[in-house]
Amino acid sequence: MSKASFVIRRLLQLGVTFWAVGTVLFFLFRLMPGDPTAFVVSAQMTPEARQQVIESYGLNQPLYIQYVRFLENALTLNFGRSFHTNEPVRDVIWTYLPNTLVLMLSAFVVAYILGIVLGVLSGWYRGSRFEKTTVVTALTARSLPTFYVGLIVLWLFGATLGVIPMSGMGTSGQTYDTFGARIFNLDFLHHLVAPAAVLAFYYMGYPLLIMRSSMMEVLSQDFIDVCRAKGLSERAIMFRHAARNALLPIITAAAIALGYAVGGSVLIETVFGWPGLGREMVNAVLRRDFPVAQGTFMVLAATIIILNFIADLLYGYLDPRVTYD
Amino acid sequence: MATQDKPSIFADIDDGEVDQEDESVDRWRRNLRLWRETLAKQWRMLTDDLMVRLAMITIAFFMIVAVFAPFIAPYRPLNRQYESDAGIIVADWMEPSFMSSESGYLLGTTAEGFDIFSQLVYGSRAALLVGLVAAVFTAGIGTLVGLTAGYYGGKIDDMLMRIVDFLYGMPLLPTVIILVALLGPSLWNILLAIILLQWRSTARVIRSQALSLRERPFVKAAQVAGASDWHIISRHLAPNVLPLSFLYGAFAIAWAILAEAGVSFIGLGDPNTVSWGTMLQSSRAYSALDFGAWWWFIPPGICIGLVVISGFLIGRGYEEITNPELR
Repeated sequence: MSKASFVIRRLLQLGVTFWAVGTVLFFLFRLMPGDPTAFVVSAQMTPEARQQVIESYGLNQPLYIQYVRFLENALTLNFGRSFHTNEPVRDVIWTYLPNTLVLMLSAFVVAYILGIVLGVLSGWYRGSRFEKTTVVTALTARSLPTFYVGLIVLWLFGATLGVIPMSGMGTSGQTYDTFGARIFNLDFLHHLVAPAAVLAFYYMGYPLLIMRSSMMEVLSQDFIDVCRAKGLSERAIMFRHAARNALLPIITAAAIALGYAVGGSVLIETVFGWPGLGREMVNAVLRRDFPVAQGTFMVLAATIIILNFIADLLYGYLDPRVTYD
Repeated sequence: MATQDKPSIFADIDDGEVDQEDESVDRWRRNLRLWRETLAKQWRMLTDDLMVRLAMITIAFFMIVAVFAPFIAPYRPLNRQYESDAGIIVADWMEPSFMSSESGYLLGTTAEGFDIFSQLVYGSRAALLVGLVAAVFTAGIGTLVGLTAGYYGGKIDDMLMRIVDFLYGMPLLPTVIILVALLGPSLWNILLAIILLQWRSTARVIRSQALSLRERPFVKAAQVAGASDWHIISRHLAPNVLPLSFLYGAFAIAWAILAEAGVSFIGLGDPNTVSWGTMLQSSRAYSALDFGAWWWFIPPGICIGLVVISGFLIGRGYEEITNPELR
């Protein structure tokens, strides 16, 4: 199979997956117990006013019409208006998604730099005490729930020492004109440090362990002996020859992991009161704000699906040995 | 009558029937011995590793605690020990007995007046229930689907793998949150939601293993000999992928407990059950953090971490058996 037809087939699969997620989502929310109109219609409303509100949300249409309309609208991220604030869901998504991405990307950059370096070293110094310590640390980091580590950090550095803010993304009362101005300032950084560090500690373990076993595999290959025979220094072999070849599995793993990290942003954002998409989804579910819950969930799922797709393409692009069949 | 005069031929046939029965009994025995030997060998390899042994002891410890919870815990987990003013005066708890001599509670009490040590003991029940049931089902469903897809190939494989692809597109925690909000907050619904998503990775790995096993001579030989598909899947393929199923089962313990804790922490936990996740949730709801009531929120997290890391360690130990290159 040629590369082009592989990409086309993967794109088709992508479309089918999106459709399936959308469909499941639509019917799940319609099956939810409780009156979906309860949050837009107050008890004091007259029946006429109530009817008018229901019609304006399309809740009186037959289910299949609601479904077709939902799919059409989902393509343009048009999920209607929030039951709660009457704000368009698209605006809600654009408000919260960048916050999640900033948090996740900064955590990932730190996690992957640390994880790769420690992974290379522990693969190189295989069997040493250093290797054992890093592996156990990595496993511990992955075993403690992020929200728990977050609680401890908040308690130690927030409540006890008072060096980090207890919640939020910026000191309230401050307004910024642009997104750039809002995130490139010390106050924002001060709020970002704790959640990003907790996440980085958690996500560091994965690249570390992959890098370690990938290094071990590369180090057993013949060309490493050739490097030694050429008289290269150990450091040159480690970083220039072994590590570069061992990096391949990390890149695709990072793309996939980033997708799931955005999907899993729910907990860390809840603990640190970070106004991101995950926390907004939880709040929407708890408020039975269907349009917002659907929209935010769809974006979280889309991030995963698209990054999985990118990982697939990257893999073929980076490793010429991959055949498309 | 005449037939009995020529016993040689028919006696053979009669004997043959008896023999067949013997043979089938023998075959069962042989099978059983083979399984036992394989498992015993793997068990030895597994327990050779000190970390794995520690992990198994930890899980066993929590299992004993879970089973004998009513005898270990001094109080019922949701019995108020005193009339608490929680909600009016937030910080209405008692310190652990080693910090203040007035308190008779080993690890202190919560703002609602519940004994924390008892909650911790009973919490192990929820955690192990979720972990073990999820492990059995994710490994079981994943293995079955993976073997079916890998063995039959073609349309069946395509269909099953599209379902797996779809599940891979679902974010775990948000999906569990929505399902639990839909089905109602109970431990079983959390478990169901976790299982619905978690078998995806087992299925994918087992399938690729089955794809390569299918081409091996012993499977071809069985097919030529006229063995049924089910016979080949259950007798020839399943034993060969068993270590992988165990591996994913062990990892599933860890992931399921983490997911349950997360969902409970958000506030969608079972209100009638105490789990380590719900303990953390209520400690946060009553601002134990701001008031420094560390005895409330430190212990549950340590328990979660211990059980989860044990699951990971056992899984990694098994990974080294299935993939000797890692050693």
